[in-house]
Order: sequence, then C-alpha cells, then structure tokens
Amino acid sequence: MYKILEKRRLGPGIQEYVILAPDVARVGKAGQFIVLRLHERGERIPLTIVDCDPKGGGVTLVVQEVGKSTREMGETFGVGDSVLDFAGPLGVASEIERYGTVICIGGGLGIAPLYPIARDLKRAGNTVIGIIGARNKELLFYEDRMRAVCDEFHVMTDDGSYGRKGFVSDPLREILAAGRPIHRVWAIGPAIMMKVCAKVTKEFSVPTVVSLNSVMIDGTGMCGGCRVEVGSATKFACVDGPEFDGHAVDFDLLMARQKFYAEEESCSLERYLAERKGAETR
Amino acid sequence: MIRDKQVPMREQSGAERIRNFDEVPYGYSDDEAAAEAARCLQCRNAPCIAGCPVGIDIPAFLLAVKERDTARAIAVIKTSNALPAVCGRVCPQETQCQGVCTLGKRFEPVAIGRLERYCADWESTHPAAPTSVAPSTGRRVAVIGAGPAGLTAAGELRKMGHDVTVYELLHVAGGVLMYGIPEFRLPKAIVKREIDGLRQMGVRIEVNQVIGRIATVHEMLAGGFDAVFIGTGAGLPQFLGIPGEGLNGVYSANEFLTRTNLMRAYLFPEYDTPLRVGRRVITVGGGNVAMDSARTALRLGAEESLIVYRRSEEELPARREEAHHAKEEGVDFHFLTNPIAFLGENGRVTGVRCLRMELGEPDASGRRRPVPVAGSEFEMQADSVIVAIGNGPHPLVLQTTPGLELNRWGNIVADPETGATSIPGVFAGGDIVTGAATVIEAMGAGKRAARAIDAFVRAK
Ligand code: FES
Repeated sequence: MYKILEKRRLGPGIQEYVILAPDVARVGKAGQFIVLRLHERGERIPLTIVDCDPKGGGVTLVVQEVGKSTREMGETFGVGDSVLDFAGPLGVASEIERYGTVICIGGGLGIAPLYPIARDLKRAGNTVIGIIGARNKELLFYEDRMRAVCDEFHVMTDDGSYGRKGFVSDPLREILAAGRPIHRVWAIGPAIMMKVCAKVTKEFSVPTVVSLNSVMIDGTGMCGGCRVEVGSATKFACVDGPEFDGHAVDFDLLMARQKFYAEEESCSLERYLAERKGAETR
Repeated sequence: MIRDKQVPMREQSGAERIRNFDEVPYGYSDDEAAAEAARCLQCRNAPCIAGCPVGIDIPAFLLAVKERDTARAIAVIKTSNALPAVCGRVCPQETQCQGVCTLGKRFEPVAIGRLERYCADWESTHPAAPTSVAPSTGRRVAVIGAGPAGLTAAGELRKMGHDVTVYELLHVAGGVLMYGIPEFRLPKAIVKREIDGLRQMGVRIEVNQVIGRIATVHEMLAGGFDAVFIGTGAGLPQFLGIPGEGLNGVYSANEFLTRTNLMRAYLFPEYDTPLRVGRRVITVGGGNVAMDSARTALRLGAEESLIVYRRSEEELPARREEAHHAKEEGVDFHFLTNPIAFLGENGRVTGVRCLRMELGEPDASGRRRPVPVAGSEFEMQADSVIVAIGNGPHPLVLQTTPGLELNRWGNIVADPETGATSIPGVFAGGDIVTGAATVIEAMGAGKRAARAIDAFVRAK
C-alpha cells in the first residue's frame, strides 16, 4: 500500500498528488513514469513523474480526471488514503545535457511532465524558453513553477482567457522563424499538439523530443499494447520510450490507437457516475 | 491383470465450457485415483523419475495413492516439487514422465499428471503439515521474478535455511501462471494457494519491484545479498513485422491473455480493464499460447475462433491435449497458412491476407520448412487478430546488469547444470536462459540453480 501524503487541486478535474514510494523517489528521473492501481479491481494507470523527493520519499504526480479510474481517484482518494499498487520508475529518462538553447513546450496536462525536464535542463546550464498552453485559463497550472526555471516564457490559451490567444505552436514558429539558434525542443501534450509542434520544428530542422502516452496495460514491456511506429520501426512506448524523436513518430497511428477503447471507457465512466449518484441519494 | 486404459477423467463438455472460465477437467475421485495408481508397475529402474525435470519419486507417490495414503503421497511429491497443483495441470507429461512409462510401451501410460493433481487438490482441503525448513544459515538470496523458475528456486533455498526475498515486477506473484495461462486451464486460486505456501515457509515476496531501476543486480550483491537468481522469463512479445500490425484489434497473445487473466477483463466493467473481441477472431501461431488465446476468445463471446499456422498439423508445437481441447470447443484450424498483411478500415483490423504454404526441406529445427505456394494469396475476415508467435527475453534486468553475458538471441548464458552466469554470485534459469519453454523446465532450472546457490553461499 502506498499512502497519499498530499493532494492539491490544480484546476477543474486536475489534481496533484504526492504519494509515498521511497524506492521510486530515490531514483525516479524526469521523463520516466510509474504505474499505479487503486484497488483490487483497478486497472494499471501509467502516470508520468513530476517530481521525486529522495529524502521524504514522496513522488509527485498530476492526474487529470478523464476516465472512470482517474475520476474515482480524484473523488474518493484523499490524503491519508493509500493506493494498492505503485511501481516505477519505468521508461527511459529524458536525456538531459547542455545543448545550448532549448524550447520546452507543454500543452494541457503535458505541462506536468514537462516541468521537471525544463527544470533539469536549466540546471544543466541551458537557456530555457518555456511555452505552456491550455484550452482556457482554468486549465492552466504550474505557471509559477515553470516561470522560475525558464529564461523566457510564453503562455497561451485557445480562447484568449489568459496570456496570449492561440496555440503553443504559434510562439514556437515565431521564435524559429526569427532565426534564433535553437538546439533542441521538447513538446509534451495531446498527440495532436505534439504532431503540430513536430511539424513546425521539422521545417527548421530542430531536433524534437515528444513523450507518447499510448494505451498501456502493464507498462513493463510484456504486452505490446503501447506499441508505436517510430521511423517505420515498431517500438514499445513503455520500455523504449516514452520519449521519442518527434520527427519520426507516426502520430496518426498513435491517435487511432488511443481511441480504440473510447466506448468502453465512457461506459465504465457512466456506470461509475450512476453508482456515485445512487450512493449520494441513498 | 493390468487395465490397458487410463481411468478417464470427467470434464465439462465442449459446448458447456466455452460459456464459462471454469476449469475443464473435474479431477479424479478417491476411487478413481486409487484405481489409476494401481496400474503402476513399480518398475525398479523407474524411467519416469528420470523423465521428470524435477525428479519426483513417482513410483513412491503412486504406491501411496494406491494405498489411499494421500498425505504420504503429497509429502513425497513435495520433497521434489514445490508447485504440484500447477504441474499436475500444465506439465506436458506425455513427453516427460508418461512418455517413458514402461506401461506405455504396450498400453496407455499411468496418468501421472492427473494423479499429481489429485494429491495436490487433496492437500488444499486438508490441513497441511508445514514444510520443514532447515535452521537459518544467515545467508541472503535475492530472486528476481516470481514466475515458475524464481518461485521454485525460492522455495528450495528457503528449505535449505536461507533468507530469501523474491522481487516481482507486476502487482501479483506467479508470472506466466497468473498472466498467461488461462483460468480454465489453471485456476488462479490454485496458483495463489501454492504461493501462500511459500510465504508460510518464510519466503518474502515483494510485488511492484522494478529491479534494474530501484536496485540493480550489482547493487543487490553489494548491498547484503550473498547471491542473486534471475528468473525474469520470456515476457517481450514478438510480432510478425508485416503491414497493418499497428491496427486496433491486433493483439499480442500476451496482451490478450494479460487483459483477461491478470486484469480480469472478462468481468469488465466490474473490473476496470476492458477487452474488445468481436465476432470472428483469428489467432496466429501453433503453440500452447495460441491454443489458450483461441479458447479464451470463445469464452469472451467470439462466435468463431480460428487458428492459422504456417506448418501442418504434425508440426503443431502445442500439447496434443490442448489442441484436442481447442478442437472440441469448436476452434477452426487452418494449417499451412501464413499471414502476410493485416487489413483494416478506419484504423481497425478487418482481416488477414494469407498465403498457402507447402512443406519443403527440413530446416534448422529439423521440421520441414514451409514454403509459399505461388499465387495462392487469399483473404480471411476477422474482427480481432491475436499474434501468438512467441516472446523474447524480458529486457529490464539484462540492460541494467553490465558484465552479464548474453547469447545472440539476447538470453542469459548460464550453465545448464548450475545456472551460474558470467558474474560470480549471479545465477539464472527458466525462459530468460532457454527462451520460451515449459513451466516444469523452468522449475527444474530453478531447482538446480538452488542447489548451486546453496553451495556457493555456504562456501562464502
Ligand atoms: S504497456 Fe505493455 S508493453 Fe508497454
């Protein structure tokens, strides 16, 4: 059992948790993920590591309540409660080096895994340009944390309710078009956002890292459900990734595979919500 | 007089059992078991013992069953085999103990597997005498992977008095016994019971442990373990490398079976993990895993379950009994058929393009090589496709253990007798060494390694 030490609401349906898992906290790095299971009937949920506290043993995660399990976690798991299973760190850590000037782009929930990468790149001596974006102001989080590790910072919202109106790819294009030397780009967020960003950076031939959140079952390399096409080779996102060369990823395939269980997922959510409602009115 | 035929074991009919996940055979009654055990000739040379990868004293336990002393029978089995309820069900006895049974030369061999299962099941309903454990040696051994090889090594080492901790990557112990072999062939309650038995002996089993990351093998050796046993298995699914493999509805057998067995997708939405099956399911492959997949598909509601295999029925690597069960349940076999592409619409698989094959000259494996028949391309419709063509070595521990010698397939190079690897104090056994093989072979390797580890840590 792994105890929830802290829980904080970052936005509508977005929660930050700190979970006690000292073994993982000791060695977990930016770019890696963990798998947790809430209870005996639960699915294995992969979540990217946001922060690790080697001394206190806490692992920070950000969870968006998109399906039944994440909803259930948000609504029924509080500080002091424990999740049944927690395994990590899984996947390959981000390659943190001194590249020169890097752009770190986070879209929506992707801001969470992006933050430790931007922080570590900054620590490694890079000039870090941060771009974060979300649909609207409410869904934006970690602005302060990101600002603190970036030399230059851009905030975008789709509807213009905060920062600049537009997409994260807009400032990216402007910076590259201005001819500033950029040595590497990290883009993490919804598949479509990563696809668009990778397309822009390809025009300017800037190496680009993306982090793929394909459907995972075990997260340990044993099922192949997470497979993605990268440069016409089949890769397992959980062991070969989750980070890959954004210019080589087949994003259309990724998006098709992400949607496969959409109907089952919504059934499961409906059922859960009906149960919750029943429990409340009783 | 000797009965020429085995006492038959009652089982669920094919039509009935495809509607549930319950075990297919019911097991022997006391009378049936005693009658079958009485068929044993008690041969002096006991070829069956040599045929058993863990060397169970088979005539002794059969004699005990015949004399209706099941407690003695199970005690005999357990001195050599820590997981008899599992082995009685999934061992390929026909090529091992029963394959060399003297009686089998003229008649049907003694049904040793069924009797082993009978004894183990008897034990589950009778208070067990605790397995005796030697006084503590003060030596610590780490076992990586809680599958058949690791659990066997752990049990043996514990009996010898060592302090043993097993580290498992998944959230339950059991390895392929839990995620791979289906409920109807090996009920999970039985696996859990056998593992509980190990815990009662004092084996520590830690789940959710990502060895290679939270601690490497070298760190374990430096951090207080006197030896490490690696039994991480063949867990990395192989694909065919043909077009369309990324389509939705194309599964590795590991994914299909893991969703079902480990995550209980057949109880979705009670359990959270779903699995989409469809009306017509094609499984590619001819081994036991392919049989398990095709039979599972039927139980998950598929109306048609087909197996395509590129060689002929003769070469089928699955146990005869498994292929037979699959046929009884209505699985439709298409031999000498080789997929060359998966077809799809809107990202979903809709069929398989295949070639007809014929058998040519023998290949490296000694089996006749299938060669395509020119111009024989044809298409088969499918809602799901399960690729069951084998698994490679699980990479996590291998990649993080510098100095560990691997062969050209990426398996660990280990002494077949001792399991010793290129690193002193590190032993290995099971599928991570041999490539995908049987449960009992992995157990045999675990057992041999335990003996070598015992000698190694005592000499330290
Ligand atoms: S999630 Fe199963 S192999 Fe990646």
